[in-house]
Amino acid sequence: MSSNAEYTPIEQTGVGKKAAGPVGWLDDRLGLAGVAKKNLRKVFPEHWSFMLGEIALWSFVVLLLTGVFLTFWFQPSMTEVEYHGSYLPFNGLEMSQAYKSTLDISFDVRGGLLIRQIHHWAAALFVAAMIVHMLRVFFTGAYRKPREINWLIGVGLFSLGLVEGFAGYSLPDDLLSGTGLRFVDGLIRSIPLVGSYIEFFLFGGEFPGDEIIPRLYMAHILLIPAILLGLVGAHMLLLIYHKHTQWPGPGRTEQNVVGYPMLPVYAAKAGGFFFVVFGFTAIMGALLQINPIWAYGPYNPSEVTAGSQPDWYMGFSEGLVRLMPGWETTFFNYTWSWNVFIPGVGGLTSLFVILGAWPFIEQWITGDKRDHHLLERPRNAPVRTALGVAGMTAYGVAWAAGGNDVIATQFHMDIYMLTWIFRIAFFVAPVIAFFITKRICIGLQRADANRILHGYETGVIERSPDGGFSERHAPLPAGAQFTLTAHERVPVLAAPAETDANGVAAPHSRKEKVRAWVRHRYYRDTLDKPTVEDVHHAEEHLGHLDGHPVELGDEFQGVSETGVPRVH
Amino acid sequence: MSDELQPVPESEPIRDPGLPEHQYRPQDVDESQARRTERQISLMFLTAAALFVAFVVAYLAIDADQTFLGWSAQNFAFGMSLGVGMLLIGVGIIQWAKKLMGDHEMIEMRHPSASSEEDRVAVMKDINAGIEESGFGRRPMIRRSLFAAMGMLGLPAIVLLRDLGPTPHSQRVTVWKKGMRLVNDVTGTPIKPSDMQVGQLVNGQPAIVYETDADGEPVLHGTELLQVKSKASIIVVRMRPEDITASKGRENWGVDGILCYSKICTHVGCPISLWEQQTHHLLCPCHQSTFDQGDNGKVIFGPADRALPQLPLGVDEEGYLIAMSDFPEIVAPSYPELARDQKKLDNKS
Repeated sequence: MSSNAEYTPIEQTGVGKKAAGPVGWLDDRLGLAGVAKKNLRKVFPEHWSFMLGEIALWSFVVLLLTGVFLTFWFQPSMTEVEYHGSYLPFNGLEMSQAYKSTLDISFDVRGGLLIRQIHHWAAALFVAAMIVHMLRVFFTGAYRKPREINWLIGVGLFSLGLVEGFAGYSLPDDLLSGTGLRFVDGLIRSIPLVGSYIEFFLFGGEFPGDEIIPRLYMAHILLIPAILLGLVGAHMLLLIYHKHTQWPGPGRTEQNVVGYPMLPVYAAKAGGFFFVVFGFTAIMGALLQINPIWAYGPYNPSEVTAGSQPDWYMGFSEGLVRLMPGWETTFFNYTWSWNVFIPGVGGLTSLFVILGAWPFIEQWITGDKRDHHLLERPRNAPVRTALGVAGMTAYGVAWAAGGNDVIATQFHMDIYMLTWIFRIAFFVAPVIAFFITKRICIGLQRADANRILHGYETGVIERSPDGGFSERHAPLPAGAQFTLTAHERVPVLAAPAETDANGVAAPHSRKEKVRAWVRHRYYRDTLDKPTVEDVHHAEEHLGHLDGHPVELGDEFQGVSETGVPRVH
Repeated sequence: MSDELQPVPESEPIRDPGLPEHQYRPQDVDESQARRTERQISLMFLTAAALFVAFVVAYLAIDADQTFLGWSAQNFAFGMSLGVGMLLIGVGIIQWAKKLMGDHEMIEMRHPSASSEEDRVAVMKDINAGIEESGFGRRPMIRRSLFAAMGMLGLPAIVLLRDLGPTPHSQRVTVWKKGMRLVNDVTGTPIKPSDMQVGQLVNGQPAIVYETDADGEPVLHGTELLQVKSKASIIVVRMRPEDITASKGRENWGVDGILCYSKICTHVGCPISLWEQQTHHLLCPCHQSTFDQGDNGKVIFGPADRALPQLPLGVDEEGYLIAMSDFPEIVAPSYPELARDQKKLDNKS
């Protein structure tokens, strides 16, 4: 970066020689140079985990492109027609326009099946990438101030992504998607007091009616994608405004970003990655069959196939509905279907509410109002990490329960016993996962402290004069040592004041006590990083007692599991 | 405890050694290595170009019914040429960025997300000036009446949605009525008690589903047919009479151990189809609610709460099974007005 503001004529900037004319023309009208100056060489830090969100972004673009192609032929109509297409087993069969046109895309439009399969695989990938990206952001604390709003936008993208996926899944009007709609119909009916009204308004009458597919189509290709697109734009703008978080390391601080410039490195890497994602989904579309609607037949409310499953991302919701006991009550002359409403509507809603509220809950617990641009390793926030794993466990149990019939038949298990196992596991497994994860985190923190204070194992075994064997330790390189300690200290926790400065009982002292208790639990077992004295003491120890500094020689190829270069 | 967390003021145990020295890549120091990498990347791009040409050839040359190793040859050729081609473009560009483009790490300073205090004050002043000059605060009448107008604007917006659908109706009734024959779901033929063996389950429909008018056209079709089927579908089972424990008032609802139940699950409406002959249990394949057909369709497991509604059976003069009435209980998934509707049904009978 040149600091001298010396004037260079535009013709002498290399590209300016040819582009000065058109660039000038545009800039006269748009004044873009000011914005471009700040952003073309914007620095982005490098780490593989920062690519996960990019997978979601690019699979969304793949969905837009393939989706446009599909709209050329798909007809969102529930009007009954007779089939006379290439798929001979259905010749003469009555079916809806929607199903017929999907069959036509699959059999009569060249490449139609491929694009349909790419579209479906990209949808599965889109949601998966969003979830993994979200987990990365969660476990590294990247949602902390000033990025809470971007986290909320992310939760919005995730929830809308699920709805968008489900709407698309319902469009072909085959037996499987119709069964999914029937489930949604039951779900809507379970909404207290107004369920029947919402059902009749949404379906345009009694289930299935002939309005739901055109309406879902509108939502699927216009309403939700438009909102998604807007949210994706806001998500990216905020990312640019805040600048990306980075992992701590030598030279990386809360005040800077270290990495490569947008132009040309990240433009190339990100742009190239779009082709990788598109190519990957295209190969999946070529080799892996997905949603073979011709195998299911047109929708018929009196038929269903055993092992009916929603797309993977709705599996947890399906599982919760399967696990719920049959509770239904009548009061005030109304029927309340808790058996459907709690797991179906409540399960989805509480997932989004918990996700959205977490940054603020954590802030309330820790009282931390500072900006954070350095990521935290999951081990250094043991309670957060353990809560995250507990949540993942609950989600995983619910998801597995969504396939309890398939598990039962594949492993020859009793379906009722299996359901009971899942019911219990849904409550017990997250608790176990919480404690195990917390212990693992603390263990890893201890291992880190060990590595700082006692160095790493060189793999060199020494025999002492009296015959004992020991492994020689050597200190980590300074950079690695620094990286291991580049996180915050555990704060000193003080009990909340019972009285204010004048000796009067402090207001809100009960609330403060609860908060102090939670804060204490949050930090209690976290291991603090070594102090200056610890390190100083350890240096002496390594130097004198172990005979350090050890001459290991330039050719030393010590074995190391710590990721430290073998030659140093 | 103060609201803000105080960072512990203690010096770091390890000093920041600063950015590590830049490591040169083979391509940076050896031009022949760089040229080799350039050739590799170009080869990827050229292969991609060739694959896209291959795509067009495949588009013109391969017929829809050709297969390749069990795949549709078209789908395989299109997908692989397109997919591998794009993958090569992507991998090539990324390789270019990693091996040939400048790889000096750059440092950029962060700026606080917040605006400066002066800017905040200036904005607040501007907003204040706006409020003052408009008289928004000083003239409550104009403000409140505007709010009233805006609020009322919501009414047309909501009312416009009224015609999305009719108000809920006919949820408690189905097409079944006294004298309607039970017909086989697949063939449409009426069922005689003698057609059924003990332990057998037949999927059935009301006869109207297969009825045709004078021109031979079906009476019901399209959406209407689906609506009828999603409420009136039935299963007919035959059990040994001693296996049936009919509750009070239902003793005469069967014919020689033949009982008829709604096929639509009372949970979320899946058609129930898994019949366990020995235990006379019926399992819903969607969420595994299990109903005991020997015991009035009661729920014995799973998320459903209401028993499967039973259809009272009789035999007409030709010996075919018929319904003696509509379902006395409400079929299909529960809904808020169900309790009220059930009372109406109970009062009628």
